[in-house]
Amino acid sequence: MTTASVAASTQQDQRLQLLRVLGPGHVWALGVGIVLVGEYMGWNFSVGKGGMIAGLVACWLAGLLYTCVAMIDSEVTSTVAAAGGQYAQAKHIVGPLMAFNVGLFLVMAYTMLEAANAITVGFLLDAVAGMQGHSGLDQQPFIILTVMFLAWLNYRGVLATLTFNFVITAIAFVAIIVLFLSVQLGASAVQLDFSAITSEPLPYGWLGIIAALHFGLWYYLGIEGTCQAAEEVRSPARSLPYGTMAGIITLLMAATMTWYVCSGLIPWEYLGQAGTPLFDAARVTGNSGLMVLLFIGTIFSTLASANGCINDASRAWFSMGRDRYLPTWFGAVHPHHRTPYRSIVFLVPIALIFALGAPLDQVITFSILSGLLGYTFMTFNMIMFRRKWPLGSIKRGYVHPFHPLPAILLLVLCSATYFAVFLGYGTQLIAMMCFYIIASLWFHFWRYRFVRRGDQFTMPWPRPQAY
Amino acid sequence: MAYQPPKQGLVGQIVDVFVLLMLTVGALYIPLYLGLAGAAKTPAPIDNPTWEALGQNATEQQQWAALGITDPAAASDIITARFDYSFSWMALIVMTILVVGYFVLVVRLSDREYRDVIEERFGGRR
Repeated sequence: MTTASVAASTQQDQRLQLLRVLGPGHVWALGVGIVLVGEYMGWNFSVGKGGMIAGLVACWLAGLLYTCVAMIDSEVTSTVAAAGGQYAQAKHIVGPLMAFNVGLFLVMAYTMLEAANAITVGFLLDAVAGMQGHSGLDQQPFIILTVMFLAWLNYRGVLATLTFNFVITAIAFVAIIVLFLSVQLGASAVQLDFSAITSEPLPYGWLGIIAALHFGLWYYLGIEGTCQAAEEVRSPARSLPYGTMAGIITLLMAATMTWYVCSGLIPWEYLGQAGTPLFDAARVTGNSGLMVLLFIGTIFSTLASANGCINDASRAWFSMGRDRYLPTWFGAVHPHHRTPYRSIVFLVPIALIFALGAPLDQVITFSILSGLLGYTFMTFNMIMFRRKWPLGSIKRGYVHPFHPLPAILLLVLCSATYFAVFLGYGTQLIAMMCFYIIASLWFHFWRYRFVRRGDQFTMPWPRPQAY
Repeated sequence: MAYQPPKQGLVGQIVDVFVLLMLTVGALYIPLYLGLAGAAKTPAPIDNPTWEALGQNATEQQQWAALGITDPAAASDIITARFDYSFSWMALIVMTILVVGYFVLVVRLSDREYRDVIEERFGGRR
């Protein structure tokens, strides 16, 4: 390593120290903030794919999958405390091509989630306009406005916006609890009805439970984003595991409450294709206060999530530009706002193409697939991490228990989810795999020549074993 | 001697961006545009549908009404629509090969690149 690069690395370390201001609560808020929208829309397609019971089993199985993700991610990220989360992990543990792919997973998962959020905003406004006697609202201007406004906020700088995000996320979370308690206390004009559990328990048989796992992921998709804050937490060893696991527990509770209220208030056939299930549940109660609260909750959760998605996707795209995995033009920072403005602007039309031209369930599937590929990567990444740097060879912020059980369990659940996506959405799966294969070949045989080799490893670790 | 990458010109950068954009939109959007994307549910409509014939009890009928659907005929397609989960084993094998093959490809090619990185960062093999 040259003197210059050592100095640069030291300088970078000092800068990172200054940024360490976040605690476990912030990590919790970051994770739950981007994910909570999953309770407000999308998860219910799991009920459509397998029925009510399958929807609940998928919710808990996906919770188990994400618990494994959180355990693995907490160990690796609390050790690889570098910007970019899983992208930085891949650079240090597997190699540049894997990092390029992980960067694409992050960008695609978050950009598609952003598109899904924008679609939901348009759908909800259309539904409310219809309830007020103005049916046939053109949703497209609202979708465009949502994406453009949030991109503009991100372009201008997001510190205040992310703080505001935490507040509106908390309101959205409280809205779910209020709906649950209100229904329990008899505020609904229509009773909870779970008769479909006995009359039609598994409309697709046991296959439906596996099929439902596809959209079960939507309850939690993005919780791994907590690890993006690795550089900014005061104590990664404590904050990341606590914050992430607390986030998972919060989402498990919210997901179960959401399933309970929606499945009890909405016929499962309607629920399986609804655009805004929690708002629909509030409509069924006939309580206008709850309807307003859940309308606000839906809007807030979608805006908070879309905002976080633009933030995360543009940072991943920016990081790849900075590392020369993409044209360096994307690696520019705005001279005044200090944001990756070119990446933010570049991703806007991609989000709009999907938000304006694709159905919600298909956009969600694209997002889930990219997330799923990322979780599959985590399984062998964890194994390689322990092999290249065994326990004791480097200082780890956190060591997750029962290794390699979480990695094996995660791989099994990921395999089941690939099959679940294949059931009904096989074309998208194959198209997406073709995309990643072609993009990988393009990177390895063309783009990699522009990458500075030594710059891809910045952690102060010893040489990996067997290399 | 550290590897010195070539400098990429503006045109080259634009071409690279265009290639990635086309790949993204093409691979993800064209299946939708051509109607190849699956997931369509198929309704199995019944003649003169009633709530009872559609298997909806009194509470569920209230729920449908609260959702703005009071005519069972309007709910018939939603209630009777089902996914078709029959699949071809050949398609499943192709999908499995694609997913596994993709990860094997990426890990193997990454490993080659990773050795360059390690060699430059830590020096030649001891």
